[in-house]
Amino acid sequence: MIALMKRDLQLALRSGGGFGLSLAFFLIVVMFVPFGVGPESGVLARIAPGILWIGALLSCLLSLDRIFQLDYEDGSLDLLTTAPLPMEGIVAMKALAHWLTTGLPLTLAAPVLGFLLSLPSQGYLWIFLSLAVGTPALSFLGTFGAAITVGLKRGGLLLSLLVLPLYIPTLIFGAQSVTLVVEGQSNTSAFLILAAISLFTFALIPFAAARALRVNLR
Amino acid sequence: MSIWEYANPRRFMRLTDLVLPWATAGTVLFMAVGLIWGFFLTPDDYEQGSTVKIIFLHVPAAMLAINIWFMMLVTSLIWLIRRHHVSALAAKAAAPIGVTMTLIALFTGAVWGEPMWGTYWAWDPRLTSFMILFVFYLGYIALWAAIEDPDTAADLTSVLCIVGSVFAFLSRYAVMFWNQGLHQGASLSMDKQEHVADAFYFPLIVSIIGFVLFFITLVLLRTRSEIRARRISALLARERQG
Repeated sequence: MIALMKRDLQLALRSGGGFGLSLAFFLIVVMFVPFGVGPESGVLARIAPGILWIGALLSCLLSLDRIFQLDYEDGSLDLLTTAPLPMEGIVAMKALAHWLTTGLPLTLAAPVLGFLLSLPSQGYLWIFLSLAVGTPALSFLGTFGAAITVGLKRGGLLLSLLVLPLYIPTLIFGAQSVTLVVEGQSNTSAFLILAAISLFTFALIPFAAARALRVNLR
Repeated sequence: MSIWEYANPRRFMRLTDLVLPWATAGTVLFMAVGLIWGFFLTPDDYEQGSTVKIIFLHVPAAMLAINIWFMMLVTSLIWLIRRHHVSALAAKAAAPIGVTMTLIALFTGAVWGEPMWGTYWAWDPRLTSFMILFVFYLGYIALWAAIEDPDTAADLTSVLCIVGSVFAFLSRYAVMFWNQGLHQGASLSMDKQEHVADAFYFPLIVSIIGFVLFFITLVLLRTRSEIRARRISALLARERQG
């Protein structure tokens, strides 16, 4: 399992895709928002949590089709299925590697970008925490979508259509757990539900994704 | 004699041959009675005027929109567990009907909302949930359309339907957390204190029965044509080999 993880991380780092790319995309999305809605800091501060969450979500989406596609094309996914590792474990490791290369950098960058969007200062900690807790759920759900579409020639667009509706609860509770703090209210319930969604996806999504992968490799 | 016998396509075809005319006749009868009674023979509401009558389209469509998804969930589970092809095909046949019902509910709601709430659309939890349901339907239908091998498609859409159900359900409660709503409470409930006045209640029930029969008729028809299409492609494949 660890070896698979290492391999995925090295591939992601050396191929020069994914890692920096989604971060750059995140930056560009955030940079475009003031162009779209104007630079008044009051407006920006109000929408900053939502923008950061939507930006993180879209950047996450960008690299999803790489999770299985390359391994599927060169046949290493078939090899992995003959490995002693259960398919669920493979899926979980893939999702974790995706999070380490996409979700984690986004989480680290978010407070800085929050500063650019004049997010009130009490929001920095919570945008960081909510993304840290929420983006793993995005990676796991995305891995499920990737497992479903891996056999398709041009699955990219379909992948977004399948995965984005699944992101709705995560987005709502993630953005709320920042917005509520900025508005000076308690965000405990939102944050706890966000954490619950994440744990829920860790526990169950690998089974669904493994099932889909087995069908696609049949 | 168990219900699973009808999972045999030939038995299913024979049974539905018998059922379909009755279901069609029932649909016409109940829909005509329900809608004519509802539209022309009920009094105007003292607050809402005649706009209240859109309830006879809106409520049945909304109920079906949700329950068709449940039906797809059940048939998907049956397919995954027992591998009955009719079950998978029924789920495939039901999805476009479900998406249409969702659209009807959204559209009639918007038409009603303009004079009553002063807006066609508000980000109310119920309205938003329906929009989300609509997106889930779209994804499901798109996945069916994208995969060529029928068994793979049935498997993958079933898995998607199950995961989607969980998250559609979650989304419903998430949007309630996110925004308080304009939409009134349920129009119908088992508790007699809660629901709409009797003058609207009975035609509404008739109209709902009509809509349900309409759905049954359509889904049987569509499943039958799916089975026939499957037979044709099997025959063609055999001919190409032979």
